[in-house]
Amino acid sequence: DIDDVGHKYYLELELEDVLDKDRTVNCTAEVLYHLGSKNSAPDVQVTVQGELRSTEEADKEFYNWIRSLEKELVAENIPDSHGNVPPELEPIHLLAWVASGYVIWQNSTENTKFHLAQVKHVKQVKRSDEDLQFDFVVLLHEMVSQEVLPWQVTLLWHPQRGARVSQS
Amino acid sequence: LQVDLWQPSSPIHIVEGAVADVRVPQNTTRSLLPYLQQANIQYTILISDLQQAIENQTGGRSHRNRRSLSGYNYEVYHSLEEIEDWMHYLNRTYSDLVHMFSVGKSYEGRPLYVLKLGKRSRPYKKAVWIDCGIHAREWIGPAFCQWFVKEALQTYQTDPDMRKMLTQLYFYIMPVFNVDGYHFSWTNDRFWRKTRSKNMRFHCHGVDANRNWKVKWCDEGASLHPCDDTYCGPFPESEPEVKAVAHFLRKHRKQIKAYLSFHAYAQMLLYPYSYKYATIPNFNCVESAAYNAVNALQSAYGVRYRYGPASSTLYVSSGSSMDWAYKNGIPYAFAFELRDTGHFGFLLPEMLIKPTCTETMLAVKNITLHLLKKCH
Repeated sequence: DIDDVGHKYYLELELEDVLDKDRTVNCTAEVLYHLGSKNSAPDVQVTVQGELRSTEEADKEFYNWIRSLEKELVAENIPDSHGNVPPELEPIHLLAWVASGYVIWQNSTENTKFHLAQVKHVKQVKRSDEDLQFDFVVLLHEMVSQEVLPWQVTLLWHPQRGARVSQS
Repeated sequence: LQVDLWQPSSPIHIVEGAVADVRVPQNTTRSLLPYLQQANIQYTILISDLQQAIENQTGGRSHRNRRSLSGYNYEVYHSLEEIEDWMHYLNRTYSDLVHMFSVGKSYEGRPLYVLKLGKRSRPYKKAVWIDCGIHAREWIGPAFCQWFVKEALQTYQTDPDMRKMLTQLYFYIMPVFNVDGYHFSWTNDRFWRKTRSKNMRFHCHGVDANRNWKVKWCDEGASLHPCDDTYCGPFPESEPEVKAVAHFLRKHRKQIKAYLSFHAYAQMLLYPYSYKYATIPNFNCVESAAYNAVNALQSAYGVRYRYGPASSTLYVSSGSSMDWAYKNGIPYAFAFELRDTGHFGFLLPEMLIKPTCTETMLAVKNITLHLLKKCH
């Protein structure tokens, strides 16, 4: 407890690579929830202790594939009702997770627990610069209220520059 | 006498000396074969059981096959209609072990089916109640209920534990509690949770069937707003589904020794209380049952479940079926939150149905055998 400021949490986390289950990496984090936290996102500082797996090749492959599409990519319901994701859309699914992470961070309090329930809709938007742009509608499930609500979020991504959220 | 002509393609091509293949229903063979013999027509039986041959061929991959225990695909999610057909089939085919009945009707008028499983070995037997799908979108629940029944029927003769369970106990299995909601999650909104009752004043439908029971009703962890997903309803047991099951459990409260309710997702095994932070009187028995069950579950694939009182392990909620069952005198009341922990959430892929159900079976068998050892 920090008087007049809020609650600070010190965390030791173990990250597991979803795509390589035996691979884990430790990290530490400090999270500060502000008093009256309805209006502001918590402050987060993270330190990763170790290296994350390089995804350079897969990134390039995905990037080139999207750039080569004649029509902008559009997809819905990832995963579908039965939990299936077409293999070529798996990278979109992963990017949606990143985008959701931003929305979750912005909307988290000490009394919420969010998960990405489904990518309802994704539309690629062609850009004049080198970034890929994906406009997502993601469904987030909040554990305490049990609500599943849609959120709009636009993600920009580039193999070297990484992911950035444009607006939400 | 009518036959289904498989070869040649038309009766015009049937000539003396040519081969004809016909398919007949089983009871027709009794008249066909003597007829052929009398007419001096040579015949050979190519396939003696066509149904079996088809099942052998399509068994594992068949999507909507509901004709037999081994033909039904337990590794895909099934619609309400398919589940009901399956129950009817089992009721007809395994009448020595299965009895299907209804405890009432849903808001939209659908029957609320329950399967009573067990050998009719003695007049009075204790029972275990299992329900799945209180919340519509938690599809792995009903999938597990179906799996449990399949395992019971398939292994009862070869597995001593299962034989003991079905001989000494009855199991009441309700594969889909919230039938209206489940149907709605297939046709309209995959993430629907509540029932489908209409609200008088608001445009929103449905009540959270796990907040509608008469135990500290609508206190903490439930909402009075009809549009919320944890809406407790206008009054306790307002939902016909809840009222019907409560009525059944009340009537059989002396017989039923365990109440198990299956939900998703969180990977937890919970016991009372949900509505308050307090220790239950038979904590030692229940806690050790949970501890052993979770270890049994983990032994399958290493999947870890948390366990403990619902209020401190998951969250505080009031009006839950588990708390109500416990209050009504059922000594072991558990709620399972099955896989996963948020990666797929409600959209658990079909290929994870088998491992999820396999490990959960171990937990359920463990709890049942613990129950038979009398620690209430």
